[in-house]
Amino acid sequence: MTDALLQERRRAAAPALDHLDWLEAEAIHILREVAGQCSNPVLLFSGGKDSVCLLRLAEKAFRPGRFPFLLLHVDTGHNYPEVTAFRDKRAAELGERLIVRSVEDSMRRGTVVLKSPGESRNKHQSVTLLEAIAEFGFDACIGGARRDEEKARAKERVFSFRDDFGQWDPKNQRPELWSLYNARIHPGENIRAFPISNWTELDVWQYIAREGLELPPIYFAHTRPVVRRNGALVPVTLLTPPLSGERIEEVSVRFRTVGDITCTAPVESVAATVEQIIVETAETTITERGATRLDDQISEASMEQRKTEGYF
Amino acid sequence: MSAREPLPGLQAEDHGLLRFLTCGSVDDGKSTLIGRLLYDSKSILADALATIERTSRKRGLEAADLSLLTDGLQAEREQGITIDVAYRYFSTGTRKYIIADAPGHEQYTRNMVTAASTADLAIILVDARKGVLTQTRRHSYIAHLVGIPHLVVAINKMDLVGYSREVFEQIQQSYHEFAASLGIRDVRFIPLSAINGDMVVERGGNLAWYEGPTLLELLETASAAHSEAVEKFRFPVQYVCRPRTAEHHDFRGYMGRVESGDIAVGDAVQVLPSGRTTRVRDIRLLDQSLPQAGSERSVTLLLEDEVDISRGDMIVKADEPPRSAKQIEAMVCWLAEGPLEAGRKLVVRHTTRETRALVAAIEYRQDINELKRVSGGRLAMNDIGSVTFKLAQPLFVDPYRENRATGAFILIDEATNDTIGAGMVV
Repeated sequence: MTDALLQERRRAAAPALDHLDWLEAEAIHILREVAGQCSNPVLLFSGGKDSVCLLRLAEKAFRPGRFPFLLLHVDTGHNYPEVTAFRDKRAAELGERLIVRSVEDSMRRGTVVLKSPGESRNKHQSVTLLEAIAEFGFDACIGGARRDEEKARAKERVFSFRDDFGQWDPKNQRPELWSLYNARIHPGENIRAFPISNWTELDVWQYIAREGLELPPIYFAHTRPVVRRNGALVPVTLLTPPLSGERIEEVSVRFRTVGDITCTAPVESVAATVEQIIVETAETTITERGATRLDDQISEASMEQRKTEGYF
Repeated sequence: MSAREPLPGLQAEDHGLLRFLTCGSVDDGKSTLIGRLLYDSKSILADALATIERTSRKRGLEAADLSLLTDGLQAEREQGITIDVAYRYFSTGTRKYIIADAPGHEQYTRNMVTAASTADLAIILVDARKGVLTQTRRHSYIAHLVGIPHLVVAINKMDLVGYSREVFEQIQQSYHEFAASLGIRDVRFIPLSAINGDMVVERGGNLAWYEGPTLLELLETASAAHSEAVEKFRFPVQYVCRPRTAEHHDFRGYMGRVESGDIAVGDAVQVLPSGRTTRVRDIRLLDQSLPQAGSERSVTLLLEDEVDISRGDMIVKADEPPRSAKQIEAMVCWLAEGPLEAGRKLVVRHTTRETRALVAAIEYRQDINELKRVSGGRLAMNDIGSVTFKLAQPLFVDPYRENRATGAFILIDEATNDTIGAGMVV
């Protein structure tokens, strides 16, 4: 058989990449570039679905070795207990070291000052994150942000440069060509790396299904007391009590994103399995953040604003 | 659900992923075209549409202005310009698409080069009333230079020329004339009206004389890069895995992505720069052992012999090595504010390897509007020209025309660490 024919035959045998294979291979490549170029990276792990995917990708990138980075969660102190329990369990299963730094510690230090006791602590995570970066000397933070989430993210680099103050300057980002990432920085500066930049919400759910990944239970339909406020379902909790005149209903809901209790709302759903969620996601008419993030509804530019202040 | 059944939300066949680029300015209806693709393929969700409708009404428009979908950052709105490449996503059920949307103005050559660097296909917008313009030639030149395999010329605003077949054919003719001079071969033409939706996703009722595919049909059937030519195996090592645990005491895995070609267990390989040869013992992806791996797969290679390999080395097939170069000639797109001049020292990053480099000579600058060469001198921001570099350490290169992964490099400023140039090996 001629060489050319042999080549041809092998090409036919090598299975073509489907879209999840391609996204997975790209994300693994990005994780390995972070490990190869940065001396002290950290992976931000909240227990949420995007960071659950990141951990799976890190296993594929680095096993049988240990991860070449620590895991970090910036805890607002207002997370659902199911999610923090899951976070700790997952880190333990992987045998990787998880560090938790708390916005409440920043409040005690006086570096975070709330305008009112009820103010959402979500945006204040930036301060605690920057403090953790300084404490450990991290030169790169790996995060699960996606470009389809929000329009300030649509122009984000895979390797996003942050200055000494942790600030994102959209006008001063490095051009990013091919898959040649530039993580060179001066001391004090920081790289934020986003391996699943090119994934959509649907891709994430399809990957969770394909890989059989476990998630915190609140991602699946469950009955919960809620009130309806400004078109969103607000869960009734100690932190988010009903306002006077609001009627409490028991509704079957699930969370599309899990974050700080005070700013994450569930959606009405009876989807109890990953497969049912995929069907709903494929058919939904509302964007992920539009439905569920009370903090992004305030103004068209609120994510952009938070990012310039050091948010991931 | 068993693992073999198709995933919900996807049909049985998954045609992978296609990355494409749209070139043109707002005036050509580029944003409207992207908006139309997203809208008609039902990729715009209700709340995003509601925001657009609100803004459109505020601006006194009757219908939703789909171009607002691609409106960018507050920082851009304040200045009334588009700063940057934006990435957008949609899926048809059989294929996932990544759109790189680059601003079209002359001063944004660097954005177009950036967006083009990862694209498999480029849509070049032409306003049917204006025909082939300087901008059209510039976009086509860059798309071709950056090695995009497929070009689609979308002749838009057909509604404003009475859906005339003659206008379409004239533009097609004049495009062919200059494209041939650039060596562009694979080019398709589609008449369309983005604003009315003719020939984008739906055929519409106005272009009955056109028998070719709609834009979306063309995207659905275009082959992604890597699937046509037979390419040589190139595996830049990103990371070396040596766990040194009791269970994996002797494990040495070379981690990276197959940038091109394919590799199978048993293949004879050569490691660069050492030149040592050995064979592939195993190809791993987590706990799977794969018989072979094709291009764009991230895997871990295990070799038969103990060879000293570190990040920045390249594993290739023993009988098809790349060129080991201490001097390279390249087409460079200059991205930085200050000019590039001969004598400058900088850092070249190529695959997973970095080396210091000296700009030995700038042979010519390419005038991308007139498509002619201007000899000597310097490159200003957004210029493209031919540059010779002397390298401190050898790089393992292929001509960019043959291999986009091993022919490409970026230039980094040693002092600021900024990415200041993009190069393609000649």
